[in-house]
Amino acid sequence: MNAQDPTLGADHSNDLGLYAKRKSVFPRKTDGPFRRFKWAVMAFCLAVYWGTPWIRWNRGPYAPDQAVLVDLAHRRFYMFQIEIWPHEFYFVAGLLIMAGIGLFLVTSAVGRAWCGYACPQTVWTDLFQHVDRFIDGDRNAQIRLQNAPWTASKIARRVFKWGVYLTIAFLTGGAWIFYFADAPTLQREFWTGTAAPVAYATTGVLTFTTFWLGGFMREQVCVYMCPWPRIQTAMLDEKSLTVTYKHWRGEPRGSVKAAAKSPVPLGDCIDCLQCVAVCPTGIDIREGPQIGCITCALCIDACDQAMSKVGRPRGLIDYCTLEDAEHEEKGEKPTPILKTIFRPRTLVYFAVWAAIGVAMLFMLGQRSRLDVSVAKDRNPEFVMLSDGSVRNGFTVKLRNMEDRPRKMVLALDGLPGGAIFTDEMEADEAKRSLALDVPADTTRRLRVYAVQPRAAARPADFAFTVKATDTEGGQDRAATTFTTAEGNGQ
Amino acid sequence: MANKRIDDATGVETVGHEWDGIEELNNPLPRWWLWTFYACIVFAIGYCVVYPAIPMVKSATAGTFGWTSRGALATEMKAADASRAGLRAAIAATPVEQLGADPKLLRAAIEGGRAAFKVNCVQCHGAGAAGAKGYPNLNDDDWLWGGDIATIHQTLEHGVRQPGDDATRMSQMPAFGRDGILTAAQVQDVVSHVRVISGQEKPSASAQRGAKIFAENCVVCHGANGEGNRMVGAPKLSDAIWLYGGDRATLTETVTNARYGVMPAWGARLDPVTVKMLAAYVHSLGGGEAAPAPAPQAVAAPAAATAPQAK
Repeated sequence: MNAQDPTLGADHSNDLGLYAKRKSVFPRKTDGPFRRFKWAVMAFCLAVYWGTPWIRWNRGPYAPDQAVLVDLAHRRFYMFQIEIWPHEFYFVAGLLIMAGIGLFLVTSAVGRAWCGYACPQTVWTDLFQHVDRFIDGDRNAQIRLQNAPWTASKIARRVFKWGVYLTIAFLTGGAWIFYFADAPTLQREFWTGTAAPVAYATTGVLTFTTFWLGGFMREQVCVYMCPWPRIQTAMLDEKSLTVTYKHWRGEPRGSVKAAAKSPVPLGDCIDCLQCVAVCPTGIDIREGPQIGCITCALCIDACDQAMSKVGRPRGLIDYCTLEDAEHEEKGEKPTPILKTIFRPRTLVYFAVWAAIGVAMLFMLGQRSRLDVSVAKDRNPEFVMLSDGSVRNGFTVKLRNMEDRPRKMVLALDGLPGGAIFTDEMEADEAKRSLALDVPADTTRRLRVYAVQPRAAARPADFAFTVKATDTEGGQDRAATTFTTAEGNGQ
Repeated sequence: MANKRIDDATGVETVGHEWDGIEELNNPLPRWWLWTFYACIVFAIGYCVVYPAIPMVKSATAGTFGWTSRGALATEMKAADASRAGLRAAIAATPVEQLGADPKLLRAAIEGGRAAFKVNCVQCHGAGAAGAKGYPNLNDDDWLWGGDIATIHQTLEHGVRQPGDDATRMSQMPAFGRDGILTAAQVQDVVSHVRVISGQEKPSASAQRGAKIFAENCVVCHGANGEGNRMVGAPKLSDAIWLYGGDRATLTETVTNARYGVMPAWGARLDPVTVKMLAAYVHSLGGGEAAPAPAPQAVAAPAAATAPQAK
């Protein structure tokens, strides 16, 4: 890096203080294919974020009708027709693993595309920078206003702008809570002051972080705070696409006038600084790959415009792999783009990613909506009754994961001569199987006693089976053991 | 010594130290980071002023907020008591045999009893209430004094063999051997008989002799067939459950010396609500019996009106 370059993001003058003052960034407005793509991604991301909680989804009378809902109070996660219970959390873990490998895949194929287009920090920073340009004007007007004294008009503009920031931040923070409760209800409660305190606290915290990180921290989050750029440097290789200044074509740089006067032929770069002016993180791409570059490609748009004005071919700054950069520098042909993207590394990432996805879909199709689990009493392990029979106590949980009440039969499998009864029955009503009602979307917890008569009582392995008696059916079993004094040294 | 220099590649000054040729650049911290650091220092000073922080000889500095961990605990305990006050009042107002009418109240009583049991009862009856030699197993269906909730409550409230408590549970078995009522041989015969009626031995001449002695000495309390009598706390002898043991040696000892188990009168030690909750918990352990058929209002002596359970 060049210490004297005034365009650097941080002040690296060697008159070192304890801190580096942030150099304000005033990106100029630009247009081009990448800018338009960025608009589209931004619109999509914001629409998904703000719109999703308001999508309705009919699940019948026993479940909420919100399409995407993280119901922490009842420990349910709803995602369209999928309902996840806490014990199925591995689906969420699988999604997170897919998201992680997806990032690897995207990074090794197209570089820091996540950073440049889809990261929330990028999306909201971009949004706030549009607000800056809308209220204060483009880059030069913003710089002028920044340097202007604090007159009433400047104060008014600043207050207005920060008010807009705050409004966006509030809408952002406020939207988050709707993923965790019924959105229309929560909205009504929110405005009437009857929502849960955590809703207000969450909104407050996220409003503040959005206001602060999006409005003021901006590129410093990417440069100083975010670990992902550091990890990405390990994910990138010589075949990953990065935004590259083709210095062999551009250097030595000089304006058109300077080129006319120069005794030696100059490169294509006319040193118009447009690539620096449009950069949302305030770097100079011509210094090569650097951590501040989020590969948003706005400099490509800016440079292409400049090149077309002076009648030179586009792509002085362009998406290019390190390998291709070497080839091009030597005048060789670059690798075709498809060959760059579909190479063993990306294909392996894709295979792993897709395998997890397919496995999860398979599991989703196979999963049982009915479940029995049994915990045997350990103290006392068994109880001798007065007629010599032996009783064991169990805590049985019947899980009905359907959104409707079901009739089930809990039965003994094994334990000849044995019978079961619950703590809601009398001991002399014990039977081999019990018919039970399990309410919709709940786990019914039962105290079940199994009794073996004196003559038959001996330690044994057996199982509780549960079978749904309605037309859909379904069954499950849970193995456990029966304990008696025999074999217990008593 | 420090050897600061400007690094050529970056134009940044080094800190001046060198380890095997590795040097460190003196890049500055961002300003907001520094301010965060200062803010932490200010916060720490403020924290030390308002909260107990600096250790002194006897205790730490008090802090201007007056916060203490004991005080915080007291506040929490008070809040917990307050949150339970409604349920406790409801339990207090409900006669113990009526607790089952309200499942929610019964559930609360059982859970409260579970907690109280762990503090007061596990020393003798064990953590799982399975008892031990001389201490009844509360999970089974065999009760010395009765297994319906009101009777359990009565036993808990007044204890067993508690002097000075008129309603305490008091069973009086003579020490047949020690006091010379029966000879050692007669004791053996009675033991044989008891082991026969409980299905542990085959009939024998000794048992036949014992049956006669049993009829003369034991049936008053234990019944003609050893079925026991809950009014006097005489255990059923014909079943499979033995408080002290059903083997010959233990039975011999029991008949010779008799047994005098004790239990504190919990009514004198715990508040009435906790005793009720303990009764509900013990009743819930699997051996609890239904309340007896509507009987005339029980008077001071519980034995007067309660018919023996037809178990």
